Amino acid sequence: MGGLLFLLSAGFSLIFGLMRIPNLTHGALFMLGAYFGVTFLRMGVNFWVAVIFAGIVLAIIGGAIERLLLRRLAGQELAQVLVTLGLAFIIADACLLIWTGDPIPLSAPESLRGVERFFGIVFPRYRLAVVVIALIVAVGLWFLLERTRLGAMIRAGVDDPEMARVTGIPVSRLFTIVFALGAALAGVGGVLSGPILSVYPGLDAEMLPLALIIVILGGAGSLPGALLGSFVIGFIYNFGQAFFPDLAYVVLFLPMLLMLVLRPQGLFGKHPS
Amino acid sequence: MAMASLPLWLGSDYYINIASQILIWAIFALALNVLVGWSGLVSLGHAGLFGMACYTGAWLLEAGWGHFTAVLGAFAMTILVSAIFGALSLRTRGIGFIMITLAISQILWGIAYRWIGLTNGDNGIIISARPTPFGIEMDTPGVFYIFTLMVFLLTMLIMAIFYQSPFGVSLRGTRDQSRRMSALGFNVWLIRFSAVLFSGFFSGVAGLLFLYYHQYVSPHVLSLLNSAEVLLMVISGGTGTLLGPVVGAGLVVVIKNVASAYIERWNMLLGVIFVAIVIFMPEGLVPGTQRLFRWVFARIKSIGAAIKSEAS
Repeated sequence: MGGLLFLLSAGFSLIFGLMRIPNLTHGALFMLGAYFGVTFLRMGVNFWVAVIFAGIVLAIIGGAIERLLLRRLAGQELAQVLVTLGLAFIIADACLLIWTGDPIPLSAPESLRGVERFFGIVFPRYRLAVVVIALIVAVGLWFLLERTRLGAMIRAGVDDPEMARVTGIPVSRLFTIVFALGAALAGVGGVLSGPILSVYPGLDAEMLPLALIIVILGGAGSLPGALLGSFVIGFIYNFGQAFFPDLAYVVLFLPMLLMLVLRPQGLFGKHPS
Repeated sequence: MAMASLPLWLGSDYYINIASQILIWAIFALALNVLVGWSGLVSLGHAGLFGMACYTGAWLLEAGWGHFTAVLGAFAMTILVSAIFGALSLRTRGIGFIMITLAISQILWGIAYRWIGLTNGDNGIIISARPTPFGIEMDTPGVFYIFTLMVFLLTMLIMAIFYQSPFGVSLRGTRDQSRRMSALGFNVWLIRFSAVLFSGFFSGVAGLLFLYYHQYVSPHVLSLLNSAEVLLMVISGGTGTLLGPVVGAGLVVVIKNVASAYIERWNMLLGVIFVAIVIFMPEGLVPGTQRLFRWVFARIKSIGAAIKSEAS
């Protein structure tokens, strides 16, 4: 669960932290990715290929949203909130129309069914794989942002867009790339969530608050924050389901409330928002 | 006034009920506007406060208390939740505020939806009867409409007084120049906090009317969709104006009722309206229409002037 939540919240944190866009479409993109995964799998594609295809499709959709709509609204937070919320409703309704309202279970790839044992504790193999993928993505993102030329340009564009533009950095194109990357992560997370959560309408509304909590907990734009927050929330989610199923969803919000009271900028947040 | 009594002359219960719905939503939109329009605090979790009044009222009635106690208890609970809501959310501004209000309303939704022992979960709570203030039965749509109308007019009056009161002025001061206001010795936090309570109270009024109108409450009243709808009403009508949220409420309720007769995809239409309003009329319908009229008027004038200058 923690791994899934990281894929969900990393994209959200990336877009929110770097571009200051509160992307309320994120839950819908996650669900859309999952549904695209369903379609690709029905076409007989290999599971991992379906994951990658869904990521690519979502990257294109995300890029289009940024270019066509959000681009015009730079700096207007309220307008961005409304447009992304409106898009979330449109996407969720379109999913209901195309893929109908029945939950669709996805099956994990053949090689990852069954369980592994470590130190006498049983782990489902698929969930372990998801955690590994999330860690790989985390390292990859960190490397991309902190160690490559592209990452340096993105950070420059975020810190001072005017100055970055003057020095010849294509800031607007970079922002499109960041948004597409965030959407792709949501899509990949969506497909990977299929075997664990299955795909159903309302998945978007369930996932979006989780992304919000994690980002508030970890601090906007901080990858380590998103990673740590995801695993904390993931554990609470699973234990909550087991111990007090009635209130599991509510318990999830407690760490966030605590964090807001004690440290409003989040664990790894740089500046109070 | 003539317009307000119009639904009664039309005679059909259908129109009277739609009019009642518009008024209930208008009260809710006016309440949200206190924050969105006058305080510059965009709440995406107001369905939480609205639903809190619904649920507390329904729960108390279910438990066998009288209407008076239920209404009183619902207000007390709504104010209490508003206070917690304000204390938490006012720690941030801008995007942070939006997200925290959203998260709080999701918590309340989670309780209503999952804590089945308390709230009966997805099945909701049905209440048996509307109250009979001063012995007047409110079972017919017409009488209930008049009651709602009176509450609505009272709300409008209080809002208008509030807007012009020193408190309303200082609230708008904190929206535009919060730093200057605190330099002038105003307690910005306290002003905003009071605005949250004020807004919460009227959300509760709308919530109770909603409960008595439907005589039923389900977790849907607490959903994000509900928060988004009322925000759409405020923004589409024009934030900050007194009439804007009322126009917005009328527009959304009418579109919803008309559209749902023809198509199933109300959510998609809502999304499209959202996007369209932000792109084409970002300041809302009431100021937007005013601007449109001014523009048309200026064009006519300039064309007139051009004709005149050509003639001379």
